[in-house]
Amino acid sequence: MIKILSLFSYDFILRALIAGSLVALCSALLGVILVLKRYSMIGDGLSHVGFGAIAIAMTLNVTPLVVSLPVSLAAAFFLLRISSKDSGIKGDAAIALISTSALAIGILVTSVTCGLNTDVTAYLFGSVLALSNLDVWLSIILSVVVLTLFIWFYHRIFAVTFDEPFATASGISSSRYNRMIALLTALTIVIGMRLMGAMMISSLIIFPVLTSMRVFKSFRSVTISSAVLSVICFFIGLVTSFIWSAPAGASIVVANLVMFLIFATVGKIRK
Amino acid sequence: MENKELISCRNVCVNYGSLVAVDNISFSLNKGDYLCIVGANGSGKSTLVKAILGLCKPADGEIVKSCKGIGYLGQQNVIQRDFPATVREVVISGCLPQNILPLYSKAEKKRAKEEIYKLGLEKLTKKSFKELSGGQMQRVLLARAFCAATELLILDEPVNGLDPIVTDELYSIVRNRNREEKLTVMMVSHDIHRAVQNATHILHMNNQAMFFGTAEDYKKTPLYNEMTTVETCSTHACTHCGSDCTASHIRVGVYHS
Repeated sequence: MIKILSLFSYDFILRALIAGSLVALCSALLGVILVLKRYSMIGDGLSHVGFGAIAIAMTLNVTPLVVSLPVSLAAAFFLLRISSKDSGIKGDAAIALISTSALAIGILVTSVTCGLNTDVTAYLFGSVLALSNLDVWLSIILSVVVLTLFIWFYHRIFAVTFDEPFATASGISSSRYNRMIALLTALTIVIGMRLMGAMMISSLIIFPVLTSMRVFKSFRSVTISSAVLSVICFFIGLVTSFIWSAPAGASIVVANLVMFLIFATVGKIRK
Repeated sequence: MENKELISCRNVCVNYGSLVAVDNISFSLNKGDYLCIVGANGSGKSTLVKAILGLCKPADGEIVKSCKGIGYLGQQNVIQRDFPATVREVVISGCLPQNILPLYSKAEKKRAKEEIYKLGLEKLTKKSFKELSGGQMQRVLLARAFCAATELLILDEPVNGLDPIVTDELYSIVRNRNREEKLTVMMVSHDIHRAVQNATHILHMNNQAMFFGTAEDYKKTPLYNEMTTVETCSTHACTHCGSDCTASHIRVGVYHS
């Protein structure tokens, strides 16, 4: 217990706690939409593209966020386009193609120039030490924006997610909502990537909603439960990673996995 | 007011890939009309509806929509089956606020409640949408469409995959709304008998418009004969059971167009 309390005396842990739980909250809310719209691979694709951009930024010696943010935003719109329209290659295959290519380019660029140093692995697998005060502020701004938009447009988001043709027919500009979601997802991923790592950030998007859907049946309860679960799992993951000196990103994913298994069992028993 | 034009299509062409799905279609839909769009598979009926709804862009021509509040009920298979949502959540989403406030108004909640009551869904309101049967799902989606349809209801083969009893029910609900509440209806249908029985106007398509006019006039055309003779009645097990038959019909032959 004392060890857990002593956790809060470290500045870097406090930063990770604030920024991380806010990112977890945002990604869970966005995840509800992405997973139900069958866009969950976009999150995965974006994180890999983000990693590629960061690797190039590090080689060029510029602030990673300066490169990764615009690249991820552009990638978000592009991925949304290919997954919603019938292009030559099917959406999911196209995303896999882009994400592995971006990852490969990132690894090639770094290994040719500076080698796979700790900075690069920190971006790949996440690090609690990586968060700066700027990240904390960014995540606070992001979460305020995501929460406001999500609550304000909740009913429209439901309509567009549930049945896009119907929503468009009744006069909602579905494509505008899709773009908004893509933009927010890109921001969340770029900010959350430092903590969770490019390989694992998409779990924050996918796990909470799938876990909640095991037990809850309405859209509202799934949304609320996802947000709450995501923050709880983040907290459990971070604390255990501190106690066992384990990597934070991996611990948070495992916490989410355990929660999923518990919910899946509860869901089965209830039936 | 009675003859207010809600939809007007002038020389509309829509391409589907390299295919010309809708070729130079012109028609208009007035308030209180019940228009059935009939024709063989692949004759561009659904594509025309999509163009009217704004789901795809016409390559040429003009679609003038002078109504707000269009309710749409599409083919069944489009909806995701594992979506977590209660019946009430689905129905009320048809009442999307026209203002930009985040909450539904009292009037909208009342409207949803009324539709739930009218379609006999009270006992299902808290049930999960994905646990419903196919017929119940379509009924819920119809309630949602009614919520949105303050002026116009557009249905695209709404009875596909439903059993005859549910089909009958659905048709009569829509017909009553049209006759009693003067709701304007536009329906894509395969069921030619019912189309002629219920609708005031018929648009027969084979990519181009083969016929557009009142249902009475349509019955006199050779098109109608062709459409009716290739069908067999599932109840009477014959091909000529008469136009007053209310049972569902199974298509046995190909169209001769």
